Amino acid sequence: MALIRSFAAILILMFTVDAMAGGIEVREFDDPVMEKRYRDLTASMRCPLCENQAIDDSDAPISADMRDRVYLLLQDGQSDIEIIDHMVRRFGDYILYNPRLENRTYLLWGLPIALVLLGTLVVVMMVRARRNASAKALSAEERARLDALINRERSS
Amino acid sequence: MTRRLLLLLLPVGFIGLALIFYQGLSLDPSKRDSALMAREFPAFEATTLRDENQRVDQSLFKGEMTLVNVWGEWCPACKQEMPQLLGLADQGIRMVGVNYRDTREKGMQFLSEFGDPFETNIFDPDGELGFDLGVYGAPETFLVDADGVIRYHHKGYVSPEDVRDRILPEVEKWR
Amino acid sequence: MFIKMIPEIGHFALIVALLMAIVQSVMPLAGAATRRPLWMAYGRPMAAGQFLFVAIAYACLTTSYMLDDFSVANVANNSNSLLPWYYKFSAVWGNHEGSVLLWSLMLAGWGCAAGAFSSNLPRDMVARVMGVMGMVCVGFLLFILFTSNPFERLLPDMPQDGADLNPLLQDFGLIVHPPMLYMGYVGFSVVFAFAIAALLGGRLDAAWTRWARPWTNLAWAFLTVGIALGSWWAYYELGWGGWWFWDPVENASLLPWLTGTALVHSLAVTEKRGSFKSWTVLLAISTFSLSLMGTFLVRSGVLTSVHAFANDPSRGFFILMLLAITVTLSLLVFALRAPRVSHKVGFNWLSRDALLLVNNVFLVIMTVTVLLGTVYPLILDSLGLGKISVGPPYFNALFVPLTVMMCVFMGLGSVARWKGMEGRELLRKLWLSGAAALVLGILMPLLYRGEWNLWVSLGIVSALWVVLPIVRDLFDKTRHASSFIAGLRKLSLAYWGMVLGHVGVAVTIVGVAVVSNYNIERNVRMSPGTTVEVAGYQFTMTELIDRRGPNFLADTSIIEVQRGDTGRSFTMRPEKRLYIATGMPMTQVALRPGFFRDLYVAMGEDLGDGSWAMRVQYKPFVRWLWLGGLLMAFGGILAVLDKRYRRTSVARDTAKVAAKPPATQEVTV
Repeated sequence: MALIRSFAAILILMFTVDAMAGGIEVREFDDPVMEKRYRDLTASMRCPLCENQAIDDSDAPISADMRDRVYLLLQDGQSDIEIIDHMVRRFGDYILYNPRLENRTYLLWGLPIALVLLGTLVVVMMVRARRNASAKALSAEERARLDALINRERSS
Repeated sequence: MTRRLLLLLLPVGFIGLALIFYQGLSLDPSKRDSALMAREFPAFEATTLRDENQRVDQSLFKGEMTLVNVWGEWCPACKQEMPQLLGLADQGIRMVGVNYRDTREKGMQFLSEFGDPFETNIFDPDGELGFDLGVYGAPETFLVDADGVIRYHHKGYVSPEDVRDRILPEVEKWR
Repeated sequence: MFIKMIPEIGHFALIVALLMAIVQSVMPLAGAATRRPLWMAYGRPMAAGQFLFVAIAYACLTTSYMLDDFSVANVANNSNSLLPWYYKFSAVWGNHEGSVLLWSLMLAGWGCAAGAFSSNLPRDMVARVMGVMGMVCVGFLLFILFTSNPFERLLPDMPQDGADLNPLLQDFGLIVHPPMLYMGYVGFSVVFAFAIAALLGGRLDAAWTRWARPWTNLAWAFLTVGIALGSWWAYYELGWGGWWFWDPVENASLLPWLTGTALVHSLAVTEKRGSFKSWTVLLAISTFSLSLMGTFLVRSGVLTSVHAFANDPSRGFFILMLLAITVTLSLLVFALRAPRVSHKVGFNWLSRDALLLVNNVFLVIMTVTVLLGTVYPLILDSLGLGKISVGPPYFNALFVPLTVMMCVFMGLGSVARWKGMEGRELLRKLWLSGAAALVLGILMPLLYRGEWNLWVSLGIVSALWVVLPIVRDLFDKTRHASSFIAGLRKLSLAYWGMVLGHVGVAVTIVGVAVVSNYNIERNVRMSPGTTVEVAGYQFTMTELIDRRGPNFLADTSIIEVQRGDTGRSFTMRPEKRLYIATGMPMTQVALRPGFFRDLYVAMGEDLGDGSWAMRVQYKPFVRWLWLGGLLMAFGGILAVLDKRYRRTSVARDTAKVAAKPPATQEVTV
């Protein structure tokens, strides 16, 4: 198993040796809006071959193919959603850096929002509980103990 | 006391996460199913590797179960898996090759050097069909049933163990 | 003879260090439990001895690298005789085994320092701290010896030459980035040890927070610098001009940074006000646990990342066990020993207490968000729910609003008083800052680009809202001094630490907002004689030359750059390198850094016909990202230097000389 794994790793390496500093292609856009869409789309799709790179950063041949396809579909007048669907049909949800909202991703998108609400609730409850609590920060006894601890001599 | 019990949820919750991590250790993050699983083989129109006047399309896969292998002369693992593919062809399994991002000349040379298990080779010099198949690096092998539906996908090198443990059982299942 | 044995000496030193760490983790804790001073006294000398022996092992490995001893597998795999000496030196930590050794060296070093600087702590507290540190050290030394031994030999078939260091790592950024990062990760182990020791000893009072604060600030400062350096390195070395990719490896460093930041603030509340005691302990445990979890995620291969280490499931399993034991045990101790809330310390809505609580809530939500996004693909995969990716669009969509919301409270927090204050007073202090932040922030994109941009405005309003109230507060605090400067000099270093920390956050936010939205990138075809214009700069390729470096061949473009028609011109030299030993191509970008903008030129592919694809970028305010990080770290260090942490030793000395009863010493609480 380990052997197969390392063999697979070598194969992947052979394809991705030049994975650094990729995507430098000369493309013409008539429309700055389309150029921005092209950049956003290629930045949000993951290269299926590389370790963890967007297709606009990767030099893998498949990334170049995918950039070409995005460019062609844009020229063809397709919408972002159509282009994303086109790619997902071929390469799967894996290539989306921005996971779609569906059953299995409810927690991913929902938890942070739920935490903001919960956090608000916690803060409100804690402050309400403490508004009328005793005002003293440290009791005199605690203060004396702190002094004693901090100034304790090494030899004591 | 309830507070202590609630606090005990912390280590318990962490152990849950650790179990998922443990399971993750035995998963291979690069192993993914093809997005085309259980879908029809994509429509295409191409010529064959041997004959630039012979046109083929997706009807090639209707009527008989087929193993489709995406290969190229430039791909070292394709050469290494050839003996396994020849063995599969010997067992009477219909094989179709997709010559991916290659030239006719190099592709033909490859077949004469390493053997030809394929009934037909679809010539795909620009990777058009490969792209529609979601191929991102040869070799890749697809099992297409008699209705032309993709039933199994193997990414990368096919080892003799892969043939025995994965491909042949799938072939039996969909024959 | 002696030279040939160096790797074995290193290996042996590690084993000795392990034995000492075992003694260190057993004796002091047993001594503290049974009140035996002699046993307790084992802690410090064992920590020192362990540090010495790990240092010997580290020196041995470095020597093997320097002497090109390719019979050592680690050297053969990661070095080469052609490598310049400074990269041989840093190649030690450019690989898994060596970096774990560096990590252990730092861990032993922090343990040794914690022992040396704790002379004014109660003996049983020191013993427990040393014991906990010892246990962590045992874990890592076992990890090295059993799964990642850097001294393994390739005998008798030793290679003629080494496989070379990955070219990406042959760089100044790599010399400095990992040590800083590890100092941060590992530094949090000291705070962790303090927290566990306090739990075990049942002494969760304000005192332990006083002791833990400087250590926390120091570790946090290191981690901040480490992250900033990593981002800077990725920016100029990876060749596409990005500075943060939300890659698992980056997230692994961000997670302890976020909880560490929460800890720095929560320690302040606990020390000053005696509240949030359990929460602070939990944060200390979480921060170190997240450092360990980051190590697991990066080194086990469970997540795919651009710069993960070579993966090995047995290593992953070992770190997972280490992580599971550490975290489960410490959370158990926490659950069983966390103090009951005896009395509630009161505070009001508009108080520093409440605002720091809000700060902690936000930082925790950010932590959970980053953690969730990082491990979510793994969770789904483990449950058989398929493979998905979570990347920059997800993190940006959640992190940006969370940061903006937190900034709203940061502006209030730096001027609010403990316990509470009148809303009217707060309004009087802040209305001008608020109005100025809004007006300037909304106008700035119009003035700078002539076109309004929501995100830039949001960033600048947030940043100004963080900074302006501090400026106002500085004036308020110095009003009664003889002069403004004299007043400023009276302020404590801890206060300056807070000021710099917050200003650093604002500076980073400005950098992020501006460079993300106003970055100009053009991919062009260039050959000698071609001129392209980007953001008012003329880039002219004058020449293409071949060059030979110490261990690489390069195609170099000479590009003359001039601003407008009349500006000063200068030369930029981007390169495409081919490293000889590995055959790896590498892009060496040419950078023209500036305070308000960077120019960035990278060479792409040879397009034939003598022309090359080139990427030319204009990156405004990009330096502010890292400048902000440095300011934050500097703030953390200033806070460490505050005299109240030094006073304790001064007080001890005066107490010794004058035999003054300790209880009458003045303590700033």
